Amino acid sequence: MSAFFKLLARNRLALGGLIVMGLVVALALITPLLPLVDPDATNTANRFLPPFSDGALLGTDALGRDLLSRLLWGTRLSLAVGFAAALFAAVAGAAVGIIAGFYGGRTDNIIMRAVDMLMAFPYILLALAIVAALGPGLVNALIAVSVVNIPFFARNIRGITVGLANKEFVDAAKLAGMSNARIITSEILPNVVPVIVIAMSTTIGWMILETAGLSFLGLGSQPPQADLGSMLGEARSALITNPHTSVIPGIMILIIVMSINLLGDGVRDALDPRLKSGALSRPMAATRVDRKHTPAPEARTEGILSLENLRTEFHVKDRIYKAVSGVSLSVKPGECLGVIGESGSGKSVTALSIMGLVASPPGVITGGAARLEGRDMIGARYGDLRTLRGRRVAYIFQDPLATLHPLYKVGDQLVEAISSHRAISKSEGRAKAIELLKSVRIPNAEERVDSYPHEMSGGMRQRVGIAMALANDPDVIIADEPTTALDVTVQAQILSLLDDLRRERGLAIVFITHDFGVVAQLCDRVAVMYAGRIVEEGPTMEILRAPAHPYTARLIACVPELGAGKRKLEAIPGLPPSVDALPAGCAFADRCLKAQPSCKEGEILLEGTGSRAVRCLYPELSLSKETA
Amino acid sequence: MGSYILKRLLLAVPVIFGITVIVFLIMAMIPGDPATAILGSYATPENVARLNRDLGLDQPLVARYFIWLGNMLHGDFGQSFSLNRPVIDEVLERFNNTLILAGTSFVLCTVFGILAGVVSAARQYGFADKAITFVVLLGISIPSFFLGMMMILIFAVDLQWLPVSGMYAIYGGGDLPDLLHHLTMPALALAVVATGVVARLSRSAMLEVLRQDFIRTARAKGVKEGRVIWGHALRAAMVSIIPVLGIQAGFVLSGAVYIEIVFQWPGIGRMLVDAILQRDILLVQGGVVFVAACYVIFNIIVDVAQSLLDPRIKT
Ligand code: SF4
Repeated sequence: MSAFFKLLARNRLALGGLIVMGLVVALALITPLLPLVDPDATNTANRFLPPFSDGALLGTDALGRDLLSRLLWGTRLSLAVGFAAALFAAVAGAAVGIIAGFYGGRTDNIIMRAVDMLMAFPYILLALAIVAALGPGLVNALIAVSVVNIPFFARNIRGITVGLANKEFVDAAKLAGMSNARIITSEILPNVVPVIVIAMSTTIGWMILETAGLSFLGLGSQPPQADLGSMLGEARSALITNPHTSVIPGIMILIIVMSINLLGDGVRDALDPRLKSGALSRPMAATRVDRKHTPAPEARTEGILSLENLRTEFHVKDRIYKAVSGVSLSVKPGECLGVIGESGSGKSVTALSIMGLVASPPGVITGGAARLEGRDMIGARYGDLRTLRGRRVAYIFQDPLATLHPLYKVGDQLVEAISSHRAISKSEGRAKAIELLKSVRIPNAEERVDSYPHEMSGGMRQRVGIAMALANDPDVIIADEPTTALDVTVQAQILSLLDDLRRERGLAIVFITHDFGVVAQLCDRVAVMYAGRIVEEGPTMEILRAPAHPYTARLIACVPELGAGKRKLEAIPGLPPSVDALPAGCAFADRCLKAQPSCKEGEILLEGTGSRAVRCLYPELSLSKETA
Repeated sequence: MGSYILKRLLLAVPVIFGITVIVFLIMAMIPGDPATAILGSYATPENVARLNRDLGLDQPLVARYFIWLGNMLHGDFGQSFSLNRPVIDEVLERFNNTLILAGTSFVLCTVFGILAGVVSAARQYGFADKAITFVVLLGISIPSFFLGMMMILIFAVDLQWLPVSGMYAIYGGGDLPDLLHHLTMPALALAVVATGVVARLSRSAMLEVLRQDFIRTARAKGVKEGRVIWGHALRAAMVSIIPVLGIQAGFVLSGAVYIEIVFQWPGIGRMLVDAILQRDILLVQGGVVFVAACYVIFNIIVDVAQSLLDPRIKT
């Protein structure tokens, strides 16, 4: 609760709202003590005095009544009526909601049907009907406004009560022979009261506005008694000649409602946990780049795609998570490079950084380069980057149900991959889409082209994902765990499809996975990542036969039979260190059986000769000796 | 699709039925003899006799309800005693005027609300976002009737751009330009609050959608950012925006009552307020039932629009 108030206080607008509201309420409370003129004392000699007149700070109205006095008394009345209406609606609505939620079944059904009916009215019609039946008057307007708002409370409270009614402590109370009334008052009520209070606080501004509205229409408070609404309503006839009589009560309503809205927003934000974590911020079109040293925009590189010392961080509040700290990789045409690691090892972030697809905020690329044929794409202008995305470097993602747009036909999504880069006619696009679907071996491609993603199986959707990546004949495909969500047979099909495609088209593939079995089937070379770094690199077969890094050895030992075992890495005790507090020395030291004190000191380099390299002081296999 | 619409229409029947029950029960709360209560100062012997005959007032409550319902199903909503014409004639004429006003406001709030929400989300925490957020807060806090009065002061009295009130000029008016001239201010004043609400909701719906994986896919394909926002993201966000538009239609219709009073617009809201002050119960009753039923039908249209947009909804 105190954390809640802290959060509220941090929201400066909400705090402002709270202060203004507090002032208005305080003013309304002390109104009877202030030396004010009688608000209903008429004085026809002093009609329509302007503001700042002698003896009438805010002037007078059509009957010569003092506006300041009327304003304060009117505010008091409006607040009281709005509060009373909210309280009445909350109590009645909560009672209805608790009864419906607690008893359930038929009772619940009938009550909620009635509530639905009430909600089918535009709210003011119901209020007008009630006022029509009861006759105009402030109390009747109050009743009308409360009744109209009962369904809102009833629905909210019912939902919570239903949840509570099935909890163990309620069952226990029932078994203990407590009466339903006792259970409601002792077990249910204490749990719903906070919700009632919050719901009330968010609707009270609304209630004040609605009762003021009815008074404005002449259906609420009757002369000479006046709330803010009826003051405004009466002043309307003199709007053009004496606007101050309208402006004064109008501004007061505005101030009240606005401060309550500000406060309500603050309460809502404080209660919404997503806002606390900053998760509601949207990713920008490309990852933010903030590099201390800008590498040369062009450089001669080996391979078609190469990463140089890439660093990507997540900046969340004052914490920095080093997801990728200095990764260098390269891949040649027709080659498949596996990047393997546990979740959180930074392998996916590495893959997404290449084309600036890391969600930002919070992602920031803080160093290094990602070169396509020598050209650095990290510093590239957004416009240039966009034309490379999908055309030269394409992605295949995990879980195609989430990664395909749910409301577009798959054919249209395929065509769009092409039309984003070159103009294409409708008929040509459709033909091309069908051809692409056929190339990934989707049966009935002519019909499937008009399907929506939710109408396809997981394997078919992933084929669509692959077809989309192939649409522009890219040079590099980055596949981010494309088979994880699929069952073993479908997985094998997808892998052999990718293998064929790379051989036919000379594609370079970067294949991100956590599964050595998959790597063994497809990849020529493999890089093992741990805590944002590459710990071992080399040809797949050599590493599988004789891993050098203790971590790699353990990973391989986890796969009982290559390509057929369980698809999850497991059985390495312990967890990787959190990347916002990396220890000195080897990040694997806490889980490593061979760890020595020297492992926890200084920087350990990725060293080796020939095609292999390892980042370890005491490797399972000394690379320099073997290759020497 | 046809069967879906039919199904939704059938589901609306009990709701409209329930609406008539609620209105009937509210009106039955009127204390005292119903004939005198309904007729008030118009309680001449022949009016009382006519009313007893029409509404079966001497019969029990349930029978009275079914007589009333039966009459309405035949298009007979009773006689307005204050206006001395059939309720249904007056209601239809006034509702037509309200539709012009509320319909325009609804279109305005939809277009500008979504526009502001999308821009706000796309430029989150930027200047445009902050400016829009502030204007929206102001918009949803200002009572529409007060806003309307201030607009009259500024645009009609001071600047003299627009007429103070009414629907047509008294002399020589009556054509479309004249109507638009009179419509501008009330339609804007009525749209402001709803625009604010729609803008807020669109913003949060867009922020929610922009974090989804399929947006990243679109960007990975190289789709232009404008199309990512206004195509992929907005299309998906509409799924949660459309139901709110249905609710907002109810608020616009409600707000129309105030705006019609402020701008002397001859719509059904003003008719209802006048009828209440004149204690013309049958006119109130008929007007409320008619508008509520129209609102239910409008919500069916919203549901159908939703199902057209989202292929995942079973039709
Ligand atoms: S450096 Fe030391 S702790 Fe790290 S993997 Fe090698 S032996 Fe183990």
